[in-house]
Amino acid sequence: MNVLAVLEPGGDATVLLYTLSFSLFIYGLMQGTHPRTAKNGNLIAAGGMAIAVITTLLLDGLGNWGVIIGGLAVGSAVGVIASLRVQMTEMPQMVALYNGVGGGAVALIAWSEFRHAPPDVPLDELIPVLFAAVIGSVSFWGSNIAFAKLQDLISTRPLAIPGQQVINALLLVGILVACIVLVSNNGDLSGYEGLFIALLVGAALLGNLVVLPIGGADMPVVISLLNAATGLSAAAAGFALDNVALIVAGTLVGSSGTILTMEMATAMNRSVPNILFSGFGGAPAAGAGSGEERPHTSIGAQDAAIKLAYADSVVIVPGYGLAVAQAQHAVKEMANELEKRGVEVNYAIHPVAGRMPGHMNVLLAEADVPYEKLREMDDINPEMPRTSVAVVIGANDVTNPAAKNDPDSPIAGMPIIEVSEAQQVIVIKRSLSPGFAGIDNDLFYEENTSMLFDDAKKAASEIAAEIEKL
Amino acid sequence: MDFVTELVIFVLAAFVGFAVISKVPTTLHTPLMSQTNAIHGIVMLGGLIVAGVADGFLEQLIGFIAIAFGAINIVGGFMVTDRMLGMFVRKPKPDAEAEKP
Repeated sequence: MNVLAVLEPGGDATVLLYTLSFSLFIYGLMQGTHPRTAKNGNLIAAGGMAIAVITTLLLDGLGNWGVIIGGLAVGSAVGVIASLRVQMTEMPQMVALYNGVGGGAVALIAWSEFRHAPPDVPLDELIPVLFAAVIGSVSFWGSNIAFAKLQDLISTRPLAIPGQQVINALLLVGILVACIVLVSNNGDLSGYEGLFIALLVGAALLGNLVVLPIGGADMPVVISLLNAATGLSAAAAGFALDNVALIVAGTLVGSSGTILTMEMATAMNRSVPNILFSGFGGAPAAGAGSGEERPHTSIGAQDAAIKLAYADSVVIVPGYGLAVAQAQHAVKEMANELEKRGVEVNYAIHPVAGRMPGHMNVLLAEADVPYEKLREMDDINPEMPRTSVAVVIGANDVTNPAAKNDPDSPIAGMPIIEVSEAQQVIVIKRSLSPGFAGIDNDLFYEENTSMLFDDAKKAASEIAAEIEKL
Repeated sequence: MDFVTELVIFVLAAFVGFAVISKVPTTLHTPLMSQTNAIHGIVMLGGLIVAGVADGFLEQLIGFIAIAFGAINIVGGFMVTDRMLGMFVRKPKPDAEAEKP
C-alpha cells in the first residue's frame, strides 16, 4: 500500500489539486495562440501534468509500486529518446504514434476496470468503460496505421478491400450489439470477459479497416480526428474512475481536436465523412496516365537565378517536397541572396502545406525564416498578380489551377495558392509526376511556367550560388 | 462525485476547449495538435489507479503497459511540442537587412 498516501481519492484536497492542474492546461493552451508565448504555454501545461501525476501518486489505495515505477521509467525513457531523435519533417507520424499509445492506454485501463467492476456496477460507470474500450482501441490501431502510412512502412495509396463499407458496418453493428449485451447483463459480468475482449478486437479491426483505405494526403485530418477521439475516450475513462482531471483534460482535447479536424477538412474543401469513406486519392490517376507528354518549359539553375535576381518581388510556395528534401535551410539561403539584392521575398503557406496545418511553418521557423514573412493563403493570393516570380518548391496539388478552373476535377473547389496569376512561375520538382491527389497539375504546362527538374535542396543551393555570382 | 455533476463539468470543458482553440492561428496548428495530444496522456493517471488494484500477472501487465503508454504519450508529447515551439522563439536577430536600400 501507499506509504506516501496523504490524499483521499475524490477528497477535497485531491479535487483542488486536479483543478489547479487542469487550469494550467487551459492557461497553457491560451498561451498557445501566439508564437512568442506558445513555448511557455507548453511548459505551463506540462507543469499542470506534473501536478496531476504527483497528486495521483499520493492517493491512498495505490499499490504495486514495481509496476508503477517500471511503467513510468520505461515509458519516460522511450518518450525522451523518441522525441529527441525525431526529425521535424517526421512530426506528423510522431504525433500519430503518441496518439496511438494514448488510445492504447485508455483501452487497457478500460479492460482493467471491467475486470474489477463490482456486481451490479451502475450503468453510469459501465457505459463509459465500454465507450473508452471501443474508442481507445479504434484510436490505437487507427493511429498506428496512420503512422505506418506516413512513415512509408505500408503503402500510402488507399488499400481498398471489396465490400469494405459492408464489413465496416457489420463490425459497427457487432460492437453495438456486444455493448448492449454487456449493459443488459450488468448484474453479473463475471462470465462476460470473453465478450469484452471480442469487443476490443472488433474495435481494433474497425480502426484498421477505416484508416487503411485513406490516402496519405488525408492522413493529417485522420490523425486530428483520432486525437479528438482519444481525448473523448480519456474523458470517458474519467467518468468511470470518477476522476475530474481526466474528464476535463480529455474533453478539452476532444473539443479542440474536433475544431482542428473541421478546419483542416475545410482547408481541403472536403467534409470529414467524405475523407473517411471515399478513399480519395486512390482513383487510378486518370488525368496523369492518359495524356501523352504535354509540352512544358524546362530551365536550369542559372536561368532561374537570373529570373529571380532581377525580379521586384518573389513569393516562395513551399510544399511537402521541400520538407522531404530537408531544403528549408537552402531555401532560406536563396532568399537571403535575393534580399541582399533588394528583392522582396515572401512565403505563401497553404493551410495544408506540408502534411499538417502549420507543419511548414515549423520547418521554415527551424531555418530561421521570420514568421512575419510566412503569409497565409488568403492574405497573399490578392498580391499574386503583382508578384514578379512565384517559386513553387515541392508543392503540387495546392497550386493546381484545375481546382479553380475545372469543375470536373477531383480537387475542384479546393482553395489553392494562385501562383498561375504571378507574372512568372518557377516550379522546382523532381519530375512532372502527380501529387497526393493523383492528378496532373495544369500549372506545369502553362506558358509562364518554367520547370526546374531537380532535388529541392540541391536546386535551391545552386540557385543561391548562381545569384551570388551575378 | 455524482454522474450529473460530472456531466456538467464535461459540457463546460467542451465549450472551453472550443473557445480557446478557435483563437489559435494556422501557423501553430501542428504544435497545438501535438500539445493537446500530450494533454490526453493524462489517461496515465487511470493507469496508476488501476495498477493499484491489479491482481495477478495479467492485470499487472495491463497496468504496466497502460502506464508505459501513458508516459510515452505525456513525456514524448510535451518534449516534441517544446522542440517545435523552440523554433519559433529563438529569433533575437534584427532583420534590418530585409528593408530595401
